[in-house]
Amino acid sequence: MTDTVEQIQASHGKGMTGRLRFVLFSGVRKKRENHVVHPFRVIVEREIGDQIRSWRFIILILIIALTTLGSLYTALTNISEAIKPDDPAGSFIFLKLFTISDGTLPSFIVFISFLGPLLGIGLGFDAVNSEHNNGTLSRLLAQPIHRDYIINAKFVGYLTVISEMFFALGFLVMGIGIIATGIAPSPEEFLRIVLFLLLSIIYVAFWLNMSIWFSVRFRQPATAALTGISVWIFFTVFYPLIVSLIMKGISNPAWVSNPSYQILLEKLKLGLMRFAPNVLFSEATGTLLMPTVRSLGPLTMEQIAGTVPGPLPLGQSVLLIWPHVTALISGTVLFFVLAYVPFMRREIRSR
Amino acid sequence: MTGKIIELNGLTKKYGDFTAVDHLDLLVGKGEVFGLLGPNGAGKSTTILMLLGLTEPTEGSVKVCGIDPVNRPAEVKKKVGYLPEDVGFYEKYSGLENLVFTGRLNGLPESQARKKALELIEKTGLAEQASKKAGLYSRGMRQRLGLADVLIKEPEVIILDEPILGIDPYGVREFLEMIVKLSKEEGLTVLFSSHHLYQVQQVCDRVGLFVGGKLLAEGDINTLSRKLFGNSPFAVEVGVPGNAERDPAIHAGFIETLMSVKGVLKIKEKNHKMLIECVQDVTPDISRTIIQAGFELTYLTKKEYGLDDIYYRYFEGGTDHD
Repeated sequence: MTDTVEQIQASHGKGMTGRLRFVLFSGVRKKRENHVVHPFRVIVEREIGDQIRSWRFIILILIIALTTLGSLYTALTNISEAIKPDDPAGSFIFLKLFTISDGTLPSFIVFISFLGPLLGIGLGFDAVNSEHNNGTLSRLLAQPIHRDYIINAKFVGYLTVISEMFFALGFLVMGIGIIATGIAPSPEEFLRIVLFLLLSIIYVAFWLNMSIWFSVRFRQPATAALTGISVWIFFTVFYPLIVSLIMKGISNPAWVSNPSYQILLEKLKLGLMRFAPNVLFSEATGTLLMPTVRSLGPLTMEQIAGTVPGPLPLGQSVLLIWPHVTALISGTVLFFVLAYVPFMRREIRSR
Repeated sequence: MTGKIIELNGLTKKYGDFTAVDHLDLLVGKGEVFGLLGPNGAGKSTTILMLLGLTEPTEGSVKVCGIDPVNRPAEVKKKVGYLPEDVGFYEKYSGLENLVFTGRLNGLPESQARKKALELIEKTGLAEQASKKAGLYSRGMRQRLGLADVLIKEPEVIILDEPILGIDPYGVREFLEMIVKLSKEEGLTVLFSSHHLYQVQQVCDRVGLFVGGKLLAEGDINTLSRKLFGNSPFAVEVGVPGNAERDPAIHAGFIETLMSVKGVLKIKEKNHKMLIECVQDVTPDISRTIIQAGFELTYLTKKEYGLDDIYYRYFEGGTDHD
């Protein structure tokens, strides 16, 4: 019997990478191997491993890495034109790497607001239903773990993957930016970028939880994916159209000349638009990465009169987007609850 | 109660108006191999889910190893290994990795889980497929891996839901032998559900018959047939050609003669064959009576009620046993 065991072990450690890994990490592995790891961590580790080895993740990360590099390239080629001597935001050159574009390729933040949902939906749409369909869910439930470990571990695992990816990308852009321009970011710029990355993670988590909810709700992963994608397309393409239709319908041409009526209309439009998570996200990221943004609503001439054009301090920028962040986080939590409650209550039979 | 691993008291599960399990009482002792037998939709799986705390009973109580799975499901699941119907594994991982994962979920350090997984893989005869991806496993291999998966946590009880569904006859025999061997070697209590009568009959110490959420009868095969067939546990089937076409008077006389044999309870006629139910084995008396009455006896067979008869009698023919 021991012969076979050794044979299996030998066949298992085959391959260059396996051997290399063994040589490099054998010390660490030995120590870890004799350690009891909390079941929750075991599941999270598996979720992370599953995701980063999957084709879908490789494809998603390729799309995002390519667009990042593309937008970085346009930003770098245009950055000299973007810097003007009397620019109030002149001290925030580094942030421009994330925001400028010459019109051929969208900027980094536009890409993220566009591809973030795809990433979230792509990671989460088969979270629960595929386990159910593969018959692994009922086997997992038969283990001495709490049921919510499963869904919590999925969220934590996916979020870890997303966070690592965003920080890696963000710091990569920063690093390339430093090398290419020779300008180092100021501490405030660095903080703004970190906050922007955190915000992007929240934004993706919002879509991720929505798609986890669909994965609990729909038995077929394809249905869940399609529903998620249609919500995403609805908000990016159709929702603005609907809002402008509504605005057209309710605006009264007789009052158009009245400025307070116009402000009212504009506020209403903004209020409606802000139901779309992508609008919330782009307003918030814009404010974070463009310190010159002073207000996210309409400003009257009286309000602007007498202001010195200058960037907002970080604290004020954050204050400006606080409602946006709150809304995104509460949406994220809401979707998680929507997924969590039925998952906990459901009776899970095999397949 | 000592020595009882599974105790069910008045267990009921309702889905809306539909009662899946209806006031079920059942005791399973330590080391027993118990078979839950019944047609599809009889409530076997629901009962199993309640045993594991995966669904809550509407009424009644469950105790597994003295623990109530409703309040403390995690503790029960530590002691109970459950192999769901049509078990699935993470297809991207090898069989071995899948087992190690389960072992670690049960609180084993990785090195120990791996060691144990290898032992179990050896035991279940999967040694050659250990590093093959689980997605490439055949149904029978998956089932065996499932058994290893159940055993890695060193359970006191193993519950198998339709474990032999979809395996070829040879595989079934192997699988069942493995279960019996394990239960004898390690003193495991085994509960499994099935609608395959023959196999259940082979390996189970006791059988419970499940219909419409109710346990019709339980016991070993002999007790069961006695319970189900009441006081007529024996039957003799005889063939007397042309009897039915004869003069009704003669025919009635013949029946009367047969009925006069001591121990005969009931006679049923069907296609020139007569089924004679009796209290004890009176086959010689019956044959003698027929011959002495001047009839021809072309066929006589003693019927012993196996699980098949029990099954068909109750499931196919409904409850019509008059």
